Amino acid sequence: MNALRNSFQKILYYPSALLGLLVVFLLVFTAMYAMIKIPYQEAIRLWRGGEEVWYQNPKFAPPAWINYFSSKKYAESFAVRTSDGTMTKEITPGAEGTATILGSYTFDFTYDYYPQDMILYLTSKYKEKQPFISAEWLTPDGRKIRIANMAISQKQTYRFSQDEKLKVRLRTDDVIHQLFSDPETNKLIKGKYQLLITGTTFETDSNIDVQFVLHGQVFGLAGTDQARRDLVVPLLWGAPVALAFGLIASLGTSVLTMVIAAVGTWYGGWVDELIQRITEINLVLPFLSILIMIGTFYSRSIWVILGATIALSIFTGAIKSYRSIFVQVKESMYIEAARAYGASSPRIVFLYLIPRMIPLLIPGLVSSVPAFVFLEASLAVLGLGDPVLPTWGKIIQDANSNGALYRGYYYWILEPATLLMITGLGFAMLGFALDRIFNPKLRDI
Amino acid sequence: MAVVAQPPLEKAVIKKVHRDSTFMRVSRYVLMRLLTLFVTVVIGIYLTILIANMGGYVDTIMRGEIRDRVTGSILGNAAFLKMAPDVRQKLIDERIAAEEERVGLNVPIAIRNFRYLSSALTLQLGRAINMTSDSGSKQVRLILLERLPATLLLMGISQLFLFFSSVLLALNLSRRYGNFWDKLVITLSPTSAVPPWFYGIFLILIFAALFKVFPFGGMVDSPPPSNPIDYSLSLLKHLTLPALSLVLSSFFLSIYNYRTFFLIYSSEDYVEMAKAKGLPSRDVEQRYILRPTLPNIITNFALLIITLWTGATITETVFLWPGLGRTLYQAIGLYDIPIIVGSTIIYAYLLAMTVFLLDFIYALVDPRVKVGGS
Repeated sequence: MNALRNSFQKILYYPSALLGLLVVFLLVFTAMYAMIKIPYQEAIRLWRGGEEVWYQNPKFAPPAWINYFSSKKYAESFAVRTSDGTMTKEITPGAEGTATILGSYTFDFTYDYYPQDMILYLTSKYKEKQPFISAEWLTPDGRKIRIANMAISQKQTYRFSQDEKLKVRLRTDDVIHQLFSDPETNKLIKGKYQLLITGTTFETDSNIDVQFVLHGQVFGLAGTDQARRDLVVPLLWGAPVALAFGLIASLGTSVLTMVIAAVGTWYGGWVDELIQRITEINLVLPFLSILIMIGTFYSRSIWVILGATIALSIFTGAIKSYRSIFVQVKESMYIEAARAYGASSPRIVFLYLIPRMIPLLIPGLVSSVPAFVFLEASLAVLGLGDPVLPTWGKIIQDANSNGALYRGYYYWILEPATLLMITGLGFAMLGFALDRIFNPKLRDI
Repeated sequence: MAVVAQPPLEKAVIKKVHRDSTFMRVSRYVLMRLLTLFVTVVIGIYLTILIANMGGYVDTIMRGEIRDRVTGSILGNAAFLKMAPDVRQKLIDERIAAEEERVGLNVPIAIRNFRYLSSALTLQLGRAINMTSDSGSKQVRLILLERLPATLLLMGISQLFLFFSSVLLALNLSRRYGNFWDKLVITLSPTSAVPPWFYGIFLILIFAALFKVFPFGGMVDSPPPSNPIDYSLSLLKHLTLPALSLVLSSFFLSIYNYRTFFLIYSSEDYVEMAKAKGLPSRDVEQRYILRPTLPNIITNFALLIITLWTGATITETVFLWPGLGRTLYQAIGLYDIPIIVGSTIIYAYLLAMTVFLLDFIYALVDPRVKVGGS
């Protein structure tokens, strides 16, 4: 135990190991933060949610912080509503139960690119007579543009860019462009814009609520994908999934491999023979193809894939190298002594043989984590990712199938790829250093 | 006469006995080895078929396909249009039953699996369900053969380059370890934790999307140039990025491994001795370091050859390279089981063959190893 602690203290002498350790700690921290901040059920709901969850976000929007690196600014998204006071609302009662409702929102538009779209989500309460609204648009240069007049139902969505009447009235196909431009120079005008909504209700209990959403060109910390989902959710949740998959797979594989090798060597005979034969058969089985078949025919659940991965990775070349070391250890004096005082076979295997190998196990365990993390990502890229869980690989797959690289949505691939890369390199660096620490043959080289 | 003739005869007999024993030993060994490997391959392929067909998914798909085809052909035939609907339905059912019997779907699953096994072992890979080769054939064998050259080209160039460059560079580094380049290789070796397709994405981003120097993917320009020189130039242009990503992803680790390996061997006493004798470093390297490490290097080379055949599924997919790997990916998407199983079978065979050959190559290069010796 002391020797083990001493070995771990040597990590301090390897800068790459320290860096790796830092990455691993950060990952664990991120994973814990993700699981506390967005509980499992919530994460699934958000990730699987469609338009009804993510309607406020633009599609294919890069993260908002790219504005810091760009001299021309992209429009940021926002969503305001009368129900929580972010949009002003005044009610003036009129005669015979009617009322006039005035909603307005003024915002400073200082960007160099046009937003994607603007949408009004209107909800109203009425018994028989539908309320009526009219929307107006005030530009910084003092023009007043009539947007729409309409009677509204209980729930109604109005998209500025898809209103044919408005297109005709503005004599354009691109309404958003026209609303934010000077009609003469056709250039974008920066400044204070105002959306004015005047509603009239015809019943005493009738009411109108408005939500105004502007889909900009950029969004949030990580941007959005084709389904308007905020990429922060899968990026955060990718950490616990990747860690769990990588660690469980590598731990399961290396521990089981070691136990099986120890049992085989100790008991010898047909047990040993059987293990060797299974290893040879396993060598002939194509690992990736089998995982692909399992993913295609049976289940894409990450846990099934994990189980199959471990099962297929036990009987590999590692079992042979462990075996060759166990054969030597088996003959050593302390085993002889244990046998002499009558220790049972399981006791010798689990308390004498296996603990001896732990220093060899640790570096291998740590270095094999990236392979499993990337395996999960690879399967996801092939379209065999877990159907429910958000993972980094699935973001890359979504990006790839939507042609992110061709269409210039680099953020979409770079974000998960960078995280995967950091994870892989972190574990690899740590594993490499541990290998040099624990493996005396490599120490001086 | 008899007296004179006797001695040479005896000599010959003695010689023959001697030669026979080696021959017997080797042939017995070869037979045993072939047998065990064959059994291994049989079990491996049977497991593959079992996995592919355990839940009867393959059967469901085949049944559905037969039903579609038969119904379509009868409904589309004007001669059957005037028939009463129930008579026509009966005809359809009969035809489906006949077709299922022809394919062998009516026998129990266990027997059918053995049937699949025997046809797989004899390399009758059957017909693909959805995919066709570019020449229009549905034979799995032809489809795989058609994609093979692309895979061999990509993998061959990248893996051979990787192998030779890393062995040579590693030899160089092991001679003066501890210098800047050596430390650089050690520092960069964890980069190999990242798989090639991942580098592929970055390379596409940099060289295809940003700088527009190399194409995003594919194998030749479309339409392919008719001039052979232009054709190979176009091929080269398309080959660069996938090959680079394959090389990049294992380059540093490969050098590091060989270098460490050479270093362990070059600290042996006999190497010190050779150096002390004043042998030129070239001789020391070739005779005292490279020679004893040859079996390991050959193992690595053999494993490399196997990867040549299987291709790199995801890298080929990312680069739209029309090789075996991408075929496998497409087959998964189309649920084309014959192709998935077919490529698995070929892989199993090739692996077994390589393992078999390795035993003999070991005996050739390593005097300590004796084929069939205990």
